[in-house]
Amino acid sequence: MTLSTDQVRHVARLARLAVDDTDVPNIAQKLNGVMELLDTMQALDTQGIEPLTNPLDRTQILRPDEVTEVDQRAHLMANAPAQKDGLFLVPKVID
Amino acid sequence: MMWETVIGLEIHTQLATESKIFSGSSTEFGQSPNTQANAVDLGLPGILPVPNQKAFEYAAMFGMAIGATINQRSTFDRKNYFYPDLPKGYQTTQLFHPIVEHGQVEIRIDDTVRTIGVTRAHLEEDAGKSLHEDFDGMTGIDLNRAGTPLIEIVSEPDMRSAKEAVAYLKKIHAIVRYLGICDGNMAEGSFRCDANVSVRIKGTEAFGNRVEVKNINSFKFVEKAINHEVERQIERIEDGGTVVQETRLYDPDRDETRSMRSKEEANDYRYFPCPDLLPVELSDEFLAQVRERLPELPEAKAKRLIEQFGITDYDAAVVTSDRALAEYFERAAEHSGSGKLAANWVLGAVSQWLNDSDSNIEACPVSAERLGDLIQRISDDTLNSKGAKAVWEAMLTSDASVDELIESLGLKQVTDTGAIEAVVEQVMADNAGQVEAYRAAEPDKQGKMVGFFVGQVMKASGGKANPQAVNQILRSKLGG
Repeated sequence: MTLSTDQVRHVARLARLAVDDTDVPNIAQKLNGVMELLDTMQALDTQGIEPLTNPLDRTQILRPDEVTEVDQRAHLMANAPAQKDGLFLVPKVID
Repeated sequence: MMWETVIGLEIHTQLATESKIFSGSSTEFGQSPNTQANAVDLGLPGILPVPNQKAFEYAAMFGMAIGATINQRSTFDRKNYFYPDLPKGYQTTQLFHPIVEHGQVEIRIDDTVRTIGVTRAHLEEDAGKSLHEDFDGMTGIDLNRAGTPLIEIVSEPDMRSAKEAVAYLKKIHAIVRYLGICDGNMAEGSFRCDANVSVRIKGTEAFGNRVEVKNINSFKFVEKAINHEVERQIERIEDGGTVVQETRLYDPDRDETRSMRSKEEANDYRYFPCPDLLPVELSDEFLAQVRERLPELPEAKAKRLIEQFGITDYDAAVVTSDRALAEYFERAAEHSGSGKLAANWVLGAVSQWLNDSDSNIEACPVSAERLGDLIQRISDDTLNSKGAKAVWEAMLTSDASVDELIESLGLKQVTDTGAIEAVVEQVMADNAGQVEAYRAAEPDKQGKMVGFFVGQVMKASGGKANPQAVNQILRSKLGG
C-alpha cells in the first residue's frame, strides 16, 4: 500500500498538523517506508491468534464509586490563556 | 409508490454513579462550571484513568435486563477527534469488545408486539459542554460533564415507523429507570437519542442511504424529527434526487433538519486500543451478585399486577411504563383494597395532574396512601364520582385528611333512601307534565327520558345523592 500526497494532507488535517506543501512529497516517502514495514507484518499468518490489546499480561484494576477529588478550578485554570465566569475560553467554534 | 421507513436508534444513557468513569470527580448535575473536573478529566499530561466498578455493574444490569450476552472480558479503545470540549483529543470507548451484545426488547403498539434487536451497549465517557453564547467572541468550555459514564445503546435497524421508534425509546427509558442505573432526565441530557433514518421501496431488501439525525431530546421531538426526515427523503427521491449519507441536526423551533457539514470531515476516527487501560475481566461471582440485585422489570411487574389486582393488560402496561408510577399505583391499590379503582385514578386524575404540571409522580402532592383513602370512600359509597373529583381537587392544595375534606366540603353522599325518596317525590310533583309524558311513552323511549329526572334530583340534592339509588327509586316511582 502506498500513500498518495492527498492522503498525507488528509491525515495531517485530521491530526491538526500544519504541513507545508513543499514538505508533503518528502513526508509521503517517509510514511511509505513505515507502510512497507506494516505490509511485511501483514504477510504473517495470524489466524487463530488472540489480538494483543496490551503488552502487560494482566487485567484492569477497578476502583470503588467514590468521589475523591474536590474542586481545583483555580489551580487548574492557572495555565488557561483565556477564561471567564469559571469557563475556559477557546476560539469560537461554529457548528 | 409504497415507501418503507427503516430506523435504528443510538441512545446515550448517563449512568447514575457518584463519580466519573475514569476519575474520582463528582458527576453531580448543575454545579458551577469546571468545579468537578480534575487533571484526568482535563486530559493533562501524565494522567492515568482508573475505571469505576459501578459503571460495569450498571452496564451488566442493563445487559441482563434485555437478555443480552455480557462479555466477561471487554476492552477500551480511543476514538480520535478534535473538539474543545474533548480535551484529550480522543473519547475512551469500547469499539472492538463492548461489554454488552445481542440483546432484545419487545415493544407494543396497539395490539401488535414487535421485537427490536439491540446490537450492543458499550461503556464510554461523556464529553464536556461547549457554550456558544458570546464570550468576547469566544466559546466557553465547561468540563464538569467530561468523563461522566455513559452506555451507548445501539439498536438494530428494526423499527419501521416513528411511532415504533418512540415506543422503543420509551421501553429503554423504562428499563434504565427501573434498574436505577440512569435518572432518565432528557431535559438535563442524562438520556439522549440520535436516529439513523433511511427509506426504501417496500419489498426491497437493500437499505437506502441513511441519515443520522441528532439533537432529538424529548419523546415528542423523536417522532416529529423522524417523520420530518422521512418526508424530506421521500420527496427528494421522488423529485429525481438522491439521499446523501450525512449527519443532520433537528431544529425543534422550525421542525426541520439541517446538514451538519462540519461533522463530515471529522468522520474518520482512527480507532485503536487504548494503551492506558488493560482488558477488564468480570468474574462469575461479580455477575452473579449483580444478577441477584436486579429489581422486578416492567413486564414481570405488569404480569404480577394483573394477577394480584385484577387490572386489565392495558392498565398494567401504562402504570408499569414508569417504575415510580407503578409503585405509586401498587401502594394506592393495596391501601384502598381496590385495584380497579386505583388503576382508574392513576390513569385518570393522577396522569392528568402529571401532564398539567409537567412533573413526575414523586412531586405529586397527593401521596399514594391519601389516594387510597379517597378510593375507600368511593368504595364504601360515602362519595359519588362527582364528589370524589371535588375532594381530589381539594387534596392537591390541602394537607387535610380525606374525611376532613368530605366534611368541610359537605360532599358526603346521601344514600339514605328515605331522604332520596322525598327529593324524588318533590321533583315529580314539580314536573307533573314530564311525568305524564314519561308514563305515556313507549318503554324503549323511557330509558332516555329518565335522564331528565336524574338530573333534576341530583341538582336538588346538591350533587350529593347516590346516582344508583336515585336511578332505582326514580324508575320505581315513575312506573307508577
